[in-house]
Amino acid sequence: MAPLTDAPAVVAATEIDDSPRLQLATVGWLIPAAALLIGLFLVPIGYAIYLGFTNLELLGPTAQNYSFTGLANVQRMIHDPVFWSSVKITLVFVVGSGIVAQTILGLALALLGQRAHFSVRASVGSVVVLAWVLPEICVAFIWYAFSQAGGTLSLLTGNKNNDLLSTVPLLIVCVANAWRGTAFSMLVLSAGLRNVPQEADEAAQLEGASYWKRLLRVTLPIMRPTLMINMLLITLGTISDFTLIFAMTQGGPGNQTAILPVYMYIEAFQFNALGYGTTIALALMVIGALLSVFYIRQLRPELRRARS
Amino acid sequence: MTSTSHPGLPAAGLPAKGTGAADTSEPGGGESAGRQWQTRWQGVLPSVIMAVIGLAFLLPLLWLILAAFNPHATSGVSAPAFSIANFRAAFAAGAGSAINNSLYLAGVSTIVATAVSTLAGYVLSRHHVPLKGPILVGVIFLTGLPVTLLLIPIYQMFVKVNWLNSPFYTSLVLAATSVPFAIWLLKNFIDQVPRDFEEAAAVEGAGQLRILIRVVVPLIMPGILVSAILTFINSWGAFLIPLVLDSNPNDTPGAVGIYEFITANGQVQFGPLAAYGILFSVPVIIMYIISSRWLSGGFSFAGGIRG
Repeated sequence: MAPLTDAPAVVAATEIDDSPRLQLATVGWLIPAAALLIGLFLVPIGYAIYLGFTNLELLGPTAQNYSFTGLANVQRMIHDPVFWSSVKITLVFVVGSGIVAQTILGLALALLGQRAHFSVRASVGSVVVLAWVLPEICVAFIWYAFSQAGGTLSLLTGNKNNDLLSTVPLLIVCVANAWRGTAFSMLVLSAGLRNVPQEADEAAQLEGASYWKRLLRVTLPIMRPTLMINMLLITLGTISDFTLIFAMTQGGPGNQTAILPVYMYIEAFQFNALGYGTTIALALMVIGALLSVFYIRQLRPELRRARS
Repeated sequence: MTSTSHPGLPAAGLPAKGTGAADTSEPGGGESAGRQWQTRWQGVLPSVIMAVIGLAFLLPLLWLILAAFNPHATSGVSAPAFSIANFRAAFAAGAGSAINNSLYLAGVSTIVATAVSTLAGYVLSRHHVPLKGPILVGVIFLTGLPVTLLLIPIYQMFVKVNWLNSPFYTSLVLAATSVPFAIWLLKNFIDQVPRDFEEAAAVEGAGQLRILIRVVVPLIMPGILVSAILTFINSWGAFLIPLVLDSNPNDTPGAVGIYEFITANGQVQFGPLAAYGILFSVPVIIMYIISSRWLSGGFSFAGGIRG
């Protein structure tokens, strides 16, 4: 089928006759990529781990003469109520708009697409994908306009003076993010559905199982690895999102939509606390790593089966 | 887009394969007519539900298009009109130069990332490299790393070496954020190319670089295009990195330009804003359409996991 689908089998085949001699001429070809990745990924990560424990400021005397302050930033973070509310907002945003809304809507569209008329599937698919292809900043201002007092969404709620971005800001940014991200789940999950063997579904059908029963007992269990990988990618994408929320609300009103990347930016570049901002970024990385470990553990049975 | 191998409406008379809900309430007689009706109905309900969801997704886009062409646009849905006044206003507000700057950032970062990743992907696919396994795992790990984490240390490094406010160095950072995924993608593509061609070329005395450019690159052109287009789309929409690393108003790319346009004047001018947004979106929409032919295959991750 598609070029990427059968990659792993081919990988295994080619690596067998991988002759173990070092070809100096071409190993040099790794240098440009290595320089970029070391200079702009590894060194910054190491530097971040140091800066997170300093009192570096954007301006003023500690912009030059900053110093290592031990666990002062961590202590400040633990006692910072805004940080903890930001963690909570981040989780609501990731779980609500990312994992739940995008996966359910994407799965629904993928399943409906299997059974809907071709013209409906093609046109709805294009609209959903278009929302995903638009630059994020455009999504931000479209939904900013949409939820304004007098905006289309306010008119739909029946009270046109309702400024939804100040009454229910977190809900609106979640909806906007789901609107933007659903296409990804839809594409991933329809590809996954195409890989579900027809025989399993037909066997259950012969035994008289209803559509919903077959979906819950046959199709979704087979799709589990695809669903988990989809959720992992959504989680990693949503947790570090910045543009959408920052352009819509700048984290406001009153930090109600300040997910961790936005709070990091506010502390670092608006309150000048570069050191403390880095500590927040490190906390974000730790949360992302914990969530990744969780997903990878969930995938372990499938990985083991694939190996044996 | 998602156009392969979906059974649409199954042909009448055939068993309703994959069309669900076969609680065949009427066994035996009238089979074909009953089935036919049922099949048709079963195509209708999913189509209706899907169309309703589609309409909900369409509304915000409809606002964008109507507002862009209506000179009196507000945040509500505007009446259909056709005026290019908003586009004029957007250009007057600097949309042209901002899009030029985006073109530079996205172009340079795409060329750098694609060239660098093709070289690295080739070596990692074909040759013995010490610690290859850990390198590949590390590259995949970097794919998931939040860019926000890198921002403050890179800013601080740029302050020290005086690289701030330079479009070129900013585009290098954008390139770096795409390189891990590009290496992974291109290595997978090269893995699928049989080695026979390269060996034949080597026998005839072609050098390594010549083999790569003349033999391998043409064979993996779809992979290179997908990688380049994804990098371009990623860099084109980049907001936070240029916002922080380049504050020179002459270098403002489209994403930052739109943000400043929203926040600059007290009263948001929705019409010109929508026009600006459309001008800024058209290039990536075109790119996506070009790449979608190859992209549709890129979304089945599960194939690698299912045994």
